[in-house]
Amino acid sequence: MILLNGQPSELSPGESVARVLARLDLARDARGVAVAVDGEIVPRAHWESFTLPADARVEVLTAMQGG
Amino acid sequence: MIRLQMRSAPSTSKASHSAESPVASQRTGEQADRLVIAGRELHSRLLLGTGGFSSLELMAAAIAASGSELVTVALRRLPVGGSGSGGGAEGSPAALIELLADAGVLLLPNTAGCHTARDAVLTAKLARDAFQTDWIKLEVIGDEDTLLPDAPELLRAAEELVADGFTVLPYTTDDPVLARRLQDVGCAAVMPLGSPIGSGMGIRNPYNLALIREAVHVPVVLDAGIGTASDAALAMELGCDAVMAASAIARAQDPVRMARAMRAAVEAGRLAHGAGRIPRRHYASASTPQEGRAEFFD
Repeated sequence: MILLNGQPSELSPGESVARVLARLDLARDARGVAVAVDGEIVPRAHWESFTLPADARVEVLTAMQGG
Repeated sequence: MIRLQMRSAPSTSKASHSAESPVASQRTGEQADRLVIAGRELHSRLLLGTGGFSSLELMAAAIAASGSELVTVALRRLPVGGSGSGGGAEGSPAALIELLADAGVLLLPNTAGCHTARDAVLTAKLARDAFQTDWIKLEVIGDEDTLLPDAPELLRAAEELVADGFTVLPYTTDDPVLARRLQDVGCAAVMPLGSPIGSGMGIRNPYNLALIREAVHVPVVLDAGIGTASDAALAMELGCDAVMAASAIARAQDPVRMARAMRAAVEAGRLAHGAGRIPRRHYASASTPQEGRAEFFD
């Protein structure tokens, strides 16, 4: 089971990060968005090529008011 | 006498100053007095936090009123599915980014909520990717109730991020020794607290702030604890190079008016610092000459 932002998801191993973002209605060039998988950053240059491993923990973060 | 009545007549010099601050409308020797952080020149010495505003519109109005050019922004989980959806008054992330871009301000992402160097470093890298800036307001919190920094973790994270090419502005305690250590590992500025985040208790230890100003050569930005305008003015009078205000503005009853007050206070404090205050003394010192007094009686 792949976790997306701490919740069980329907994401499958082998899906690219770009595909995950598309499912979330986020554009490929979306500013203020960042992705980590299993505690490592997936830089936006790798969003197309990086594919999710089994049981991945995916974090999709966005800009929020703060500080 | 007639001239006095003409004060409000339009003039070219007044028009050219219309965009300037309420306090320093007549700049003379202070013209070159600009804040420079990591080679970047900033006209405003007030940094603004974007958290706590009841609406994006109010945040935008406060940013404009503050004159700030550098505002903080955070990274949080995108709400996905079920229970976590809906940003409430915070508005959508895209709207926030768009609005800040329209405001023409520089973004200073933070690592708020991180409790370890490891978390903070990863968050900083994510922020760099999200906002396309290597500036980071580094926060590593050591205690939930006071939100005080965890000094060893902070220093470790700062060192690692500097080595990775970040421009690091660490939120730190008002400890002059730690401030110097942060500078020594390459931080671009130090951001000591006046009192705990959001407490509004002002500057609890002004002597330490003055010591920090002496201990480091990088800019000192007072962060956290500001409650009202006089706190910001005091920070500047003590020699701080800038003030960061967040809750004090966002949670004021009238945030836009408080943003204007903070702007004026920061400028007034800076001017007073440069002007050199008179020394404190126990007894009075007459400001009218003693000589030439009349002697009416024997």
